[in-house]
Amino acid sequence: MATATFKIWRGDADGGELKEYTTELTEGMVVLDAVHQIQAEQAHDMAVRWNCKAGKCGSCSAEVNGQPKLMCMTRMGDLPTDRPITVEPLKAFPLMKDLVTDVSWNYEVKKRIRPFKPRRPDFEDGSWEMHQSDVDRVQEFRKCIECYLCQDVCHVLREHHMHDEFVGPRFFVHNAALEMHPLDTEDRREDLRTSQGIGLCNITKCCTKVCPEGITITDNAIIPLKERIVDQAYDPVRKLIQLVTGR
Amino acid sequence: MASGTTSLPVRSTFGQTMRTDSWWAQPVAVGVGLVFFFGYLTWAAVQGEYYTFGNYLSPAYSPELFGDTPHALFGPLPTWWPAWLPWAPVLILWAPGGFRATCYYYRGAYYKAWFADPPNCSVGEPRQSYLGVWWKPATWNERSFPLIMQNMHRYFLFFALIFIVILSYDAWRALWFIDPATGEETLGLGVGTLVVTLNAILLGGYTLGCHSLRHLVGGGLDVLFDKPIRRTAHACVGCLNRRHMLWAWTSLVWVCFTDLYVRMLAMGVWTDWRIF
Ligand code: SF4
Ligand code: SF4
Ligand code: FES
Ligand code: FES
Repeated sequence: MATATFKIWRGDADGGELKEYTTELTEGMVVLDAVHQIQAEQAHDMAVRWNCKAGKCGSCSAEVNGQPKLMCMTRMGDLPTDRPITVEPLKAFPLMKDLVTDVSWNYEVKKRIRPFKPRRPDFEDGSWEMHQSDVDRVQEFRKCIECYLCQDVCHVLREHHMHDEFVGPRFFVHNAALEMHPLDTEDRREDLRTSQGIGLCNITKCCTKVCPEGITITDNAIIPLKERIVDQAYDPVRKLIQLVTGR
Repeated sequence: MASGTTSLPVRSTFGQTMRTDSWWAQPVAVGVGLVFFFGYLTWAAVQGEYYTFGNYLSPAYSPELFGDTPHALFGPLPTWWPAWLPWAPVLILWAPGGFRATCYYYRGAYYKAWFADPPNCSVGEPRQSYLGVWWKPATWNERSFPLIMQNMHRYFLFFALIFIVILSYDAWRALWFIDPATGEETLGLGVGTLVVTLNAILLGGYTLGCHSLRHLVGGGLDVLFDKPIRRTAHACVGCLNRRHMLWAWTSLVWVCFTDLYVRMLAMGVWTDWRIF
């Protein structure tokens, strides 16, 4: 029977180390299965968060061989087993225990984002008219499962720890979903430019590469938001035209 | 779940990562490629010779504002122009150069490759600060001066759109061969015509897929269903935009090759094959 060796981070905020475990592989196994098998057979006290095992709850985020991944969607067959596979917790958030980090900062950030503010209903029964072609764009952003892999890989959070000044790619996606919604009337550009730090993003697209939902975070959410902010704050010619035409 | 009892993991050092792939290969290739191709174009523009061959004109000198060839718009270089100052970079190349330098794709690429910011995804950086103090380049970010100037990209786009027209005209000119004996122009097709035309097409694909253009034609609006022209334009730009990186590289390489091709013909090293 084929086996694979893992190096799994064991420890808490006070310290820890990568511990080696070897376990048997079975057909169709994913990393989360292997971690559960190790937990059941060799490390009963290992902390690992998971829920759906279907890539839809966003709980099992970790770093597999240094790459942010959903453990339940990472097939063992796609990983080289000739050397140990490392499994570590997310690095952009405080560590609680083993593979579990405290991602509650994200929940606090979300509360700071101005909520959906629809225009007055178009019809007396309180409904609106919307066209699919205008909703297509925001539907991409609604696929987000809040796994925070994009937050983990973003160097502004991961390396520079600028959690107080930067909300991270997940919340640019959230802002974009609201800001580009055909019914929404709120203006979030000033918040994005100032307290949410969109200017700190240097469009390296690491977030886009790790998103398990395939959301084109940088090209479809962040850059269009950056362009809207240029309209609002960094385009003197546009300002001049507006001044002259009064529009 | 209590927070506050825990702290963030420590910052990684330069190049520190658990990635097992050759993560350095891509930034090295991009960094070297950018230096090579932009270096070649700068050299070609400063060099000042061998940039036309008959009806072909190198894109590094287009539009040829001053010169002794039939392409020149305003005749020979004015006598007051300092001899040490190459006119092409000063008068024309700042526009496509600035357009590429502020392009969202190239920005992300050179921040990684040249400034290791980060060197690659989930790899440790050399920089310890990202606070944006203008006199400390190691702290720069796009929120503060000077990188905040990247937001001027849409102004460069305006000039880049004019360049598509100019380069398309060059492609048209490349179809009309001048008979050296009679001075008469006849329709023809040389390998050079194809080279110059492909250059205009690739630059068109790159420029028309620009993120700023996508915003200006319709991306800045939330409701487009009642504006069919803008909706179509937004969709078309979006379609090119999906492969923006590919257009950025192919057009860059091909601009260099087009200059090289014309240069080699002008120097008599290569022969231009005529198809008809
Ligand atoms: S593109 Fe921006 S938000 Fe995404 S990982 Fe890079 S810096 Fe962070
Ligand atoms: S945008 Fe993608 S990577 Fe980021 S939290 Fe949502 S699903 Fe995860
Ligand atoms: S367990 Fe739900 S996404 Fe992996
Ligand atoms: S974003 Fe690349 S050319 Fe404008």
